[in-house]
Amino acid sequence: MNFDPQQIQDILVIVITAATPLLIAAIGEVVAERAGVLNLGLEGMMIVGAATGFAGAYLANSTLVGVLCGILAGCAMAAIFAFLTLGLATNQVAAGLAMTIFGRGVANLIGAGFVGLKRQAAPHLYIPGLSDLPLIGKLIFGQDYFVYFAVLLTAAASYWLTRTRSGLTLRAVGENHTSGHSLGVPVRAIRLMAVLFGGGCAGLAGSYLSLAYTPFWSPDMTAGRGWIALALVVFASWRPWRALGGALLFGGVAVLALAFQGLGVPIPAQLLNSLPYLTTIAVLVFLSVRDRRGAIAPASLGVAFIPDR
Amino acid sequence: MRKLISAAALAAASLAIGGGAQAADKVKACWVYTGPVGDFGYSYQHDQGRLAAAKALGDKVDATTFLENVADSDSERAIEQLARTGCNIVFTTSFGFMDPTLKVAKKFPKVFFEHATGYKRAPNVSTYSAKFYEGRYVMGQIAGKMTKSNTIGYIVSFPIPEVISGINAFERGMQTTNPAAKIKIVWVNTWFDPGKEADAAKALLAQGADILTQHTDSAAPLQEAEKAGKFGFGQSSDMTKFAPKAQLTANTDSWGGYYTARIQAVIDGKWKSEDTWDGIGKGMVVLPPFANMPDDVKAMATKTTADIASGALHPFACPVLDQDGKDRCKPGAKTLEDGDILGMNWYVKGIDDKVPQ
Repeated sequence: MNFDPQQIQDILVIVITAATPLLIAAIGEVVAERAGVLNLGLEGMMIVGAATGFAGAYLANSTLVGVLCGILAGCAMAAIFAFLTLGLATNQVAAGLAMTIFGRGVANLIGAGFVGLKRQAAPHLYIPGLSDLPLIGKLIFGQDYFVYFAVLLTAAASYWLTRTRSGLTLRAVGENHTSGHSLGVPVRAIRLMAVLFGGGCAGLAGSYLSLAYTPFWSPDMTAGRGWIALALVVFASWRPWRALGGALLFGGVAVLALAFQGLGVPIPAQLLNSLPYLTTIAVLVFLSVRDRRGAIAPASLGVAFIPDR
Repeated sequence: MRKLISAAALAAASLAIGGGAQAADKVKACWVYTGPVGDFGYSYQHDQGRLAAAKALGDKVDATTFLENVADSDSERAIEQLARTGCNIVFTTSFGFMDPTLKVAKKFPKVFFEHATGYKRAPNVSTYSAKFYEGRYVMGQIAGKMTKSNTIGYIVSFPIPEVISGINAFERGMQTTNPAAKIKIVWVNTWFDPGKEADAAKALLAQGADILTQHTDSAAPLQEAEKAGKFGFGQSSDMTKFAPKAQLTANTDSWGGYYTARIQAVIDGKWKSEDTWDGIGKGMVVLPPFANMPDDVKAMATKTTADIASGALHPFACPVLDQDGKDRCKPGAKTLEDGDILGMNWYVKGIDDKVPQ
């Protein structure tokens, strides 16, 4: 096994692109869950974002239009979910699962006319001089814009949740919506905003897959990434920066498993392919042993809020 | 309220049964796909076969029913649903549907079942498959000539005999034109996940592969090859649209002729359980026009294809040495036995990896 530095950079670039859709979806879900809403429909919203994003980009011949379409589609799905869980106080788990199944069908419907078509991949950043640096050029200065946005999103979410008044209010609603309500905080409005944000992020993550990652539409192309993003939220203890670490860990191990096979490392392929999931479990166990209280979920997560009852 | 609901349910059920009885005049042929028809790969080709059969047989058949995206664990329910709603012949198109097909076949002895890429039969269950490895041999020859880095990337799904015989045939073809070239095998444990296939392709390209081939169903690896200015082979369908500059040829399946023949057999009352395994010769494996290669490579590939079609060349002609150097042919035989190819779980000499257990 030779350690060609160019190869290592190429592998790291792949790791970052693999982690990006997971991260974007996870950040959206972190905000939603901190507000107390458990959105299991992430996978459905992602795949709708992928289909709509590709359709919009193809018809308008513009990646930006596609991205906006993807985000709006995710928001639209989230609006339906919000109506069910906030408006009608339906069980959030059941509604979320229903959204996943519904989203899959809607995405296949939207994408049906676009199968077999392809687009140019989304543009990458290019700064002459910086992007050409030998080891770190492409890694830091040559990624596509989704990657930089994902990092900005993480920073913004972390700052907003922990250091702003409105972020504090959202967290309070997630911890104890009854107290919030009695203090006059508009609980359902805040949760609605949070769910819409979560859906928009999921739609964005989906459109990343169909516009930048593999620029074509294929039914079921998210292949379960929404569920991985949900797990990442718990893994990250509902903290944005930890979600970044988790996404990199998961994406990194997944890509390394593939690279190791190519290099001929004598570890069985099945074991390598299960490594990302094993690693996630191992880190979860380690974290919960170290932090004896266990991961603290928002206390009102998943509990329906019905005012004045 | 309860009475209303049960009345409505009864009405709906009688409609369904009534509809089913009407369709008994035409032969109803149904399909079960493992992936989406839109995968533009394996399931797409089966559906093209279905459409071809519908066109060829016209009014004599109702070939509009199919179920897609059926997971192996869910397949028994799906197949039973088709058998129960009036299908006369059911085509189950994935290896993983093998035992569920047999289970349902036992319960519905009057319905005919055709299982693709499997090996278990019953009085009302046939098997059929294409000799995919024939196409792989030609592809191996082309790859040997076209590679400059002598490294070929091979992205594969699961270590079943069909996949392993494909790898072996590819290697043997490659050895005839370039004994120094090596293949790097990556198992992605899925038939279809464009993102993961793209990741595997990128990893292989980073490790120096300049030709990619795959036994997974999306166009992602070929797209990555085109992005990197390298070449590759399509899988199951002609993926030229996705990678016009990168696709050399593809290993496409053509099921239309077989489906038409089998449904006709049901119409004529002559259906028997049998095993069909055809390749380039009978038109079940089709290689789209060779592209993006110099004329001499094209000529060589065309000749090899014709030789395999006529039977003059067999990808597993004896001797067939395994990784330990042992000849797997039976003494005195000209080619490896069909049974050995169908149950292949070992690599030929020249491949450095170990088969995953």
